[in-house]
Amino acid sequence: MEDILFALEEDGRLTTAQLAERLGRPEKEIAEAVAKLEADKVIRRYRAVIDWDKAGAERVFGFIEVRISPQRGRGFDSIAARIMEFPEVHSLYLMSGTYDLMVVVQGKTMREVAYFVAERLAPMDNVLSTATHFVLRRYKVDGDIMVERTENKRLPVTP
Amino acid sequence: MTTSQSRVARRVAGLAPSGIRKFFELVERMPDAISLAIGEPDFTTPWRGRESAIYSLEKGHTHYTPNRGTQELREAVASYLERRFGISYHPDREVLITVGAAEAIDLALRAILDPGDAVLIPQPCFVSYPPCTVLAGGVPVPVPTRVENDFRVQAADLEAARADRPRALLMCYPNNPTGAVMGREDLESVVRWAAEKDLVLIADEIYAELHYDGGHVSAAAIPGARDRTILIGGFSKAWAMTGWRLGFAAGPPDLIEAMAKVHAYTVMCAPTMAQEAALDVLTGCDDEVAAMRREYNQRRRIIVKRLRDMGLDCFEPRGAFYAFPSIAGTGLSSEEFAERLLREEKVAVVPGAAFGACGEGFVRCSYATSIAALEEGMARMARFVGRVGG
Repeated sequence: MEDILFALEEDGRLTTAQLAERLGRPEKEIAEAVAKLEADKVIRRYRAVIDWDKAGAERVFGFIEVRISPQRGRGFDSIAARIMEFPEVHSLYLMSGTYDLMVVVQGKTMREVAYFVAERLAPMDNVLSTATHFVLRRYKVDGDIMVERTENKRLPVTP
Repeated sequence: MTTSQSRVARRVAGLAPSGIRKFFELVERMPDAISLAIGEPDFTTPWRGRESAIYSLEKGHTHYTPNRGTQELREAVASYLERRFGISYHPDREVLITVGAAEAIDLALRAILDPGDAVLIPQPCFVSYPPCTVLAGGVPVPVPTRVENDFRVQAADLEAARADRPRALLMCYPNNPTGAVMGREDLESVVRWAAEKDLVLIADEIYAELHYDGGHVSAAAIPGARDRTILIGGFSKAWAMTGWRLGFAAGPPDLIEAMAKVHAYTVMCAPTMAQEAALDVLTGCDDEVAAMRREYNQRRRIIVKRLRDMGLDCFEPRGAFYAFPSIAGTGLSSEEFAERLLREEKVAVVPGAAFGACGEGFVRCSYATSIAALEEGMARMARFVGRVGG
């Protein structure tokens, strides 16, 4: 299983035939394993890594530190459940340290993100405070380096 | 200058030029060629190692290290060899840090050979072994290995070479250029034979980490081998550090002492910043090495399947990053095959004959290149083989 996941994590578009060739296993076996991984939601979906800056689209990310007072018996989960449903919320993490939730908010402009924080996030019950940090440049995202790098040359023939 | 008498020593003048030199020049003039002729990783050194070299320079560590290498690196190499292959070496007396595995091979030969001593060299082999033997005053004795034996050297092959005054056996597994590996039993019979003849075993295990079939067995780990074996390894292949020029040798104290003497007189020590980088990759990059091995293994399966699909016989390589298909069915010599493939389809491979006479009829295809390049290279090669007839 793990070899399939490693391969698909690197390239989600690999076909079962390609996986079978690369991993040295029968295609039928691969197809069944992938179907099971999908059914079990180990593989949640396949998608592209897009450099939106390069695509010319306006995308702004805000990292919002949120301090909250947990609710008796339900901890942080119920407030997290309310926050994560907003489509503006790109990612949401429960954190250790000086704040509780890290909310990554995505918008077209800084104003849009700021409004979301001011109108939706900050006024929620149990939210004690928010601190908004805007992303200025994305150097590396989910393991992909987003800045151009020069290709290294090797000698064309070596022993 | 007068030309009546060459200024170059006869021993050097007599060395055959490397069989790949000519190819290098041809490929160099063909920028859009796909090269499957490269004997080094396409990966860059793990950042942890590069970062520690930068840090080393920032701290001003720009001086010589002890001749045998830094204490820390010798200790790390000793514990690595223990951890990975179950062989224990004393870091002060039995480990030497060298300028690449290449220097370690040269040192081993110079340390043990008296003029005229023979060195048994299983072939196909790395191109340097015979010339380094000659430069050290020895006599290289090629020992052909056969595809029927998966290019593993057999005691019977060694016996059949009938070497006069044999002194050493120099072998490399996982093998460049074939990708062959030796199992424990293969090694046991070779070690037994070497012990009978009282030979020094020089085991070039530079590709030890690139073994795709359950794990490498070191020749030095075979009972009875340790005290006659110079184990050679390095950072170039597993940690993608070719340009750093850093390797090591481990063996019994008398042989390491002799090698260290030559090393001290010739290069003083291996580069300091490279040693500091190596210390970090050796102790902290197991995940990166595993990821590279996983990637090579995928490419290996692709290339072997494609070579077979185009009608070439290709034995299953289980180590290093080479496939060594037979091209005998095309009726071309390995050099003709490689030259025409390059001119007609712009794909570079290395003629098998460059690695010894018994490599004739084969070509070496390196899969240390991206899958996309590999697939394109294989498609072009299939077209070529289809044309000349497999």
